[in-house]
Amino acid sequence: MENQWYTISVYSENNVGLLNRISGIFLKRHINIESLNVSKSEIENVSKFTIVIFSTEDWARKIVNQIEKQIEVIKAYYHTDDETIYQESALFKIASHLLFDERQIQNIIKESNSQIVTVSRDFFVLAKTGRRHEIDEMHDALEPYGIMQFVRSGRIAVSKAAMPITNILAEFQNQ
Amino acid sequence: METLKAQKKENKKSASIRITGAEAIIHCLLAEGVDLIYGYPGGAIMPVYDELYKFQDKLTHILTRHEQGATHAAQGYARVSGKVGVAMATSGPGATNLVTGIADAQIDSTPMVCITGQVARHLLGSDAFQETDIVGISTPVTKWNYQITRAEEIPEIMAKAFYIAKSGRPGPVLVDITKNAQFDELDFVYEKCTGVRSYKPAPDIEVSAIEKAAELINNAKKPYIVFGQGVILGEAEEQLKALVEKAGIPAAWTILGLSAMDTDHPLNVGMVGMHGNYGPNVLTNECDLLIAIGMRFDDRVTGNLETYAKQAKIIHFEIDPAEVNKNVKVDVAVLGNAKQTLELLLPLVNKNEHKEWLGEFEKKRQIEFDTVIQKDIHPTKPGLTMGEVMEQINVASGHKAVIVSDVGQHQMMACRYAKFKQSKSNITSGGLGTMGFALPAAIGAKMGAMDREVVAIIGDGGYQMTIQELGVIFQHNLPVKIVVLNNDHLGMVRQWQELFFERRYASTVMTNPDFVKIAEGYHIKSRRVVERSELKDAVEEMMASKDPYFLEVRVEKEDNVFPMVPTGASISDIRLK
Repeated sequence: MENQWYTISVYSENNVGLLNRISGIFLKRHINIESLNVSKSEIENVSKFTIVIFSTEDWARKIVNQIEKQIEVIKAYYHTDDETIYQESALFKIASHLLFDERQIQNIIKESNSQIVTVSRDFFVLAKTGRRHEIDEMHDALEPYGIMQFVRSGRIAVSKAAMPITNILAEFQNQ
Repeated sequence: METLKAQKKENKKSASIRITGAEAIIHCLLAEGVDLIYGYPGGAIMPVYDELYKFQDKLTHILTRHEQGATHAAQGYARVSGKVGVAMATSGPGATNLVTGIADAQIDSTPMVCITGQVARHLLGSDAFQETDIVGISTPVTKWNYQITRAEEIPEIMAKAFYIAKSGRPGPVLVDITKNAQFDELDFVYEKCTGVRSYKPAPDIEVSAIEKAAELINNAKKPYIVFGQGVILGEAEEQLKALVEKAGIPAAWTILGLSAMDTDHPLNVGMVGMHGNYGPNVLTNECDLLIAIGMRFDDRVTGNLETYAKQAKIIHFEIDPAEVNKNVKVDVAVLGNAKQTLELLLPLVNKNEHKEWLGEFEKKRQIEFDTVIQKDIHPTKPGLTMGEVMEQINVASGHKAVIVSDVGQHQMMACRYAKFKQSKSNITSGGLGTMGFALPAAIGAKMGAMDREVVAIIGDGGYQMTIQELGVIFQHNLPVKIVVLNNDHLGMVRQWQELFFERRYASTVMTNPDFVKIAEGYHIKSRRVVERSELKDAVEEMMASKDPYFLEVRVEKEDNVFPMVPTGASISDIRLK
């Protein structure tokens, strides 16, 4: 089986120790977490982990089973890139004088569809949301002029198919 | 609805009592039906011990001589009784000493609740005296764990701990309680936990899967059952027997499945695995249908997965969805508690017998008997064998004893040759292979089944890892029967060195103390057997003793356990010598 990108979505109770428990499952199998994002979900008091790994489907499935087994995990899923809508965000901090000295910078800002978040005397900050390769391309384009700071978020994703968490929780309440 | 809830809350409040967290812990234990715990006191758990002192008429605390002993004793108790075992320790080293037992309980699915003291909340993270992050440390080896930092959390968390430990696929739960939470007061009211919204103990049963399974079973020419501890944990012994008998299917047990069926049942064909029986291993690769019930296809059972049961269709009866298709790809997964699923399967299965197929097992058994078993249990060479000791114990106990074994050659011999008539009678460290397990586990097993004989079979290596627990046996005059099969070696490692490391015996020869004198030091009746002529009498004397008894048997130093599936080999290539 071939390696490919999988987005693992975990719906869980909001619990302090759970991140440790979940990351241990990857650690045990030497599977690198390529990106990790934890946020609230569409359901009140339910957290959502979005984890990206590069692995075989067999491993993705086994890992999801192990994650789902944890007491505070309500449900976990894995999806390929084709099955999800996903984005990442990045911030670029760049010296302000470049905006005037290097005409190309303005073109990069326009073409990349990024926003200027703030401008000060010394630096300005660009925000870019998009696919990983788009952010990479923008990074490559800006790099020759000098990037003072760069940071990229973990992937966030929603699946094209339904993730019926609400039903699962409702079912429990009715029991 | 809201008013109802509010009223309920109000009622709760009026029914509550104002007590300290430490006292609340005792009330929680009592409410869960706990009357026995194992542990070791220390600074951060002292408030709870102070309450234990006040409640000693209701709750017995057994002071083991090391915290690891407390966990193994709790495990032995849980395994023999089916109840949740409880172990308690202080923070820091007390807590870390529990870890081996917790890991053992996790891999062998044993219900256990461990309670640890912790430094006060305001000291957390400050590297305070005896502070250790036991929640972090125990996370990978617990089914669930939690740190209580406020007294009000105690009843709910304790109720959840017991519920989680016992339900579904059981396992160990650790509750870490800061010292301030033990001292502080709360309005105590206890409600048993009946569910956790994010946790489903057992998956829903799919009738279609059961129907498919029945169809495969009814059409199979050479069906074969391999069952594990899931049958015992799910209390499905009767259903298993009914299935085996109705469909006429030969059945083998895994090491943790031992005693779930009568050893002498004509359809019980023995043990699978690395040192299991010849037929059950080899014929796994000849059956046309493999029915796995409550077992998890451990590597010690399957050998090389590339060659494991490739010719057969496979049905997996399993409570834990994460075990399905983990190691072996199956054709039909029947999820759920084994008792319930087998119950539903039974009426769909046709009455059948497979005489010719069963005959294959008999043929293989004869081969194993002639090449291995005969020599093990009726040896003609001068040195004593572990097998003949087991055979003597079988005779003297009438197959009724609880057999607790440690880890190594003696364990394999105990599991190969011990005979059982009753479930929950084989207590051993299967998945983790924890040396030092048996002596404390035997303490727990005895206290969990006072009316039964408990015989601990231990090697000279493992015995010395937890030998201090003789103190418990002596102090409480627990009539545990301890048999040390002494070959002055770490026998199993020595065997591997002989077979796979060209006889380079690195650190496996032991210069042992006088074990009989040590037992005498604890005022435990003891005897040493060196000659075959003394064995029968000594075992009979031991079994007849009303007091604890220690028996050392000096066995042949360089015997090996066969059959054996070398690591990574196919189970078809099991070696008989």
